[in-house]
Amino acid sequence: MSIDHAVVGTAGGLQAEPGPGLPSHEQSRALRRRTRTRSRAGSVLFHTFVLAVTAVILYPALWMLMSAFKPTSEIVGNVSLWPESPSFANFATALDGIGGVSFWTFVWNSTLLAAGSVIGIVLSASVSAYAFARIDFPGRKVWFALMIATLLLPFHVVIIPQYIVFNSLGLVNTYVPLLLGKFLAAEAFFVFLMVQFMRNLPRELDEAARIDGAGHLRIFTAIMLPLMKPAIVTSSIFAFIWSWNDFFGPLLYLKSPDLYPLPIALRIFVDQTSTSDYGAQIAMAVLALVPVLLFFLVFQRYLVAGVATQGLKG
Amino acid sequence: MALTTTVTRTGGSAVPPSAARRRRRAAETRAGYTFLTPWLIGFFGLTAGPMLASLYLAFTDYNLFAPPELVGFDNFRMLFEDPRFLQSAKVTGTYVLLGTPIKLVAALAVAMLLNNSRRGQGLYRSVFYAPSLIGASVSIAIVWKAMFIDRGVVDRIGQGIGIDWGGWVGDPGKTMPMFILLTVWQFGAPMVIFLAGLKQVPTELYEAAAVDGAGPVRKFFRITLPMLSPVIFFNLLLETIHSFQIFASAFIISDGTGGPAGSTLFYTLYLYMRGFQDFRMGYASAMAWVLVVVVGLLTLLFFRSSRFWVHYSGEAK
Repeated sequence: MSIDHAVVGTAGGLQAEPGPGLPSHEQSRALRRRTRTRSRAGSVLFHTFVLAVTAVILYPALWMLMSAFKPTSEIVGNVSLWPESPSFANFATALDGIGGVSFWTFVWNSTLLAAGSVIGIVLSASVSAYAFARIDFPGRKVWFALMIATLLLPFHVVIIPQYIVFNSLGLVNTYVPLLLGKFLAAEAFFVFLMVQFMRNLPRELDEAARIDGAGHLRIFTAIMLPLMKPAIVTSSIFAFIWSWNDFFGPLLYLKSPDLYPLPIALRIFVDQTSTSDYGAQIAMAVLALVPVLLFFLVFQRYLVAGVATQGLKG
Repeated sequence: MALTTTVTRTGGSAVPPSAARRRRRAAETRAGYTFLTPWLIGFFGLTAGPMLASLYLAFTDYNLFAPPELVGFDNFRMLFEDPRFLQSAKVTGTYVLLGTPIKLVAALAVAMLLNNSRRGQGLYRSVFYAPSLIGASVSIAIVWKAMFIDRGVVDRIGQGIGIDWGGWVGDPGKTMPMFILLTVWQFGAPMVIFLAGLKQVPTELYEAAAVDGAGPVRKFFRITLPMLSPVIFFNLLLETIHSFQIFASAFIISDGTGGPAGSTLFYTLYLYMRGFQDFRMGYASAMAWVLVVVVGLLTLLFFRSSRFWVHYSGEAK
C-alpha cells in the first residue's frame, strides 16, 4: 500500500512538471523493478527489526515459562531458555498448596471474584452508559464530567474511609468490599468504553423504536444490548483480567487463607518457601497467568480494538 | 444528527404542544435518573462521600480503634518533616518523570514502525500488547526479581557484553532503572492507541508534503506530531496518572519493605504501610490528599498547556 502511494506521489510530481511526456515503456518497467527490489529490501529490514523487538519483549515471558520446568539450581543466572532436564517437579510443589489450603481453592476464589466482577461491571456499566449516551435529561453533562473526573482520580483517596466503613459493618474478610464497586459502576473506564461504543450506534434505531412506542427499557434491552456485544465482550475480558491480577484489594480486605485469590497466595508462597526455591515460585506464577494468557490468545482482537478506541475522541 | 433533530421537532409540534412535551421531558428525566441510579449510588457512596471523609480524616489523628481527634494541620506538617515521606515522593516522582516519557517514546517509535501495510502487523501488535496485560501482576514481579538479582540473568547478559552490573534488586542505585524497564516493557497499550491515531492521519497530507519535497524528519515534525497531538495528550495524561499508582510490583520486589535503603519506597507503598500496618489513618489520608492535589495540579497543567500544543483537526488555529 505504501509503495502504491509513493508511486502515485512521484507520478503526480512528474506530471506537474511541464515538458517531459509520460515515461517510456522501458523506463516505467525499470522503475517498477527498482521499487520492487527496494520494497523487498525494506521488508527484510522491517521484519528483522521488528523481530528483534519481539525477541526482547518475549524473552522475560519465555524465560519465565521455561524456568518453571528447570530445577532451581538451573534457573538463576541461566540465560538459556531450554531446560536441560525438563521436569514437572516445580509444578508439583506449587500444586501442594499453602498451609493446608489447596492450590485449587485459590483458583476457585480468583474465579469467583473475577466472575462477580464481570457480571457486576457488565450490568452496571451498560446501564449507566445508556443513560449517558442515549437519554437526554437535565444534569447529564455534569454527571458525565464527574464520571470522567473519577477516571483520573487516584483511588488512594477513597480507600481509607471505605475500609473504615466496611470494617465497621463487619464486611472485612468477605468479598463484598471487592465486588460492591463493580456492581455500582465505580470503575469509570468501563462506563466510558461503553459510552464511546454506544455513541457510534445509529440514532435512527432508537428513533424508529420510539415511534413504534418502545420505552427506554425496551430500547435498551431489545436494541442496544444485542448491538453492544463487542463492547460487552471487551469489557468482560478486561474486567476478568484486572480482577484476576488484582493484588491491592485482596491484600487490604482478605485475612483468612481460605479466601485468598491467587496473587495473595503467590505472595504468601514466596514468603514461605526458602528464597532460593525460585523453581516452585515461578511455576506457581506461570499457573496464575494461564487463564490470562488463554483469554489473551482467544480474544486478543477485542482487547486491542478496545484499547484502540479508548484514545480516539477522548 | 441534523436529520433526527428535525424529525423530533416536527413530531413534537404535530401533537398539541407544551403539556405533552412537558410530560415527555419529565419521563425522560425519570428514565435518565433511573438508568443512572447504580452509578449515582456508587459515585456518592464509594467516591464523593469517602473523598470528603478522607479530607476530614486528614485533619485528625485516627487509629481505627479510638474516635478520630482533630489535630489541625499537624499531619501535613509532619509529612513534610518525615524523611520517609519525602523519600517516597522522590522515588515516585523520579519514576513518573523518567518512566512515562521513555515508555511513550518507545510506544510511538514502535507504532510508527508498525504503521505500514507490511504483513504480520496484527500479530506484532498483539504480541507487543501482551505485556500490558500482565506487567503489573504479582507473577511478573516475581519473575522480574528473579531476573534482576545478583548473578541473575540480567547480570549474566551484562557480563556477556562486558559490563559488571551486579545484582539490581539489592543495589539502591539500580532499583529505579529496574522498575523503569518494567514499565517500558508494558509500552504496548499506549502503542496500540498511537497506532489507531496514526491510521487516522490522512495519507494525502504525506503525499502533498512529498510533492513539496519534505523529507521524513520534516514530515514527522510537521504532520505526524501535530496530527497525533490529541492522542499524545491522552496517553500522556493517562500514563502519568497511572504511574503514580504502582503498587504490586514494588510490594513484591521489595518484600513489602520499600528497600533497599528506601529506593523502592513508592508513594502508594508508604501510604499502605502508614494506613494499614501502623493504622495511622489520619496520616495516610493526608498523604492521599497530597497525592490528589499533585495529580489534580498536573492534570490542570496538562489541560492548560494543551491549547499550545494539541491540535484538533477542523478547528480554527
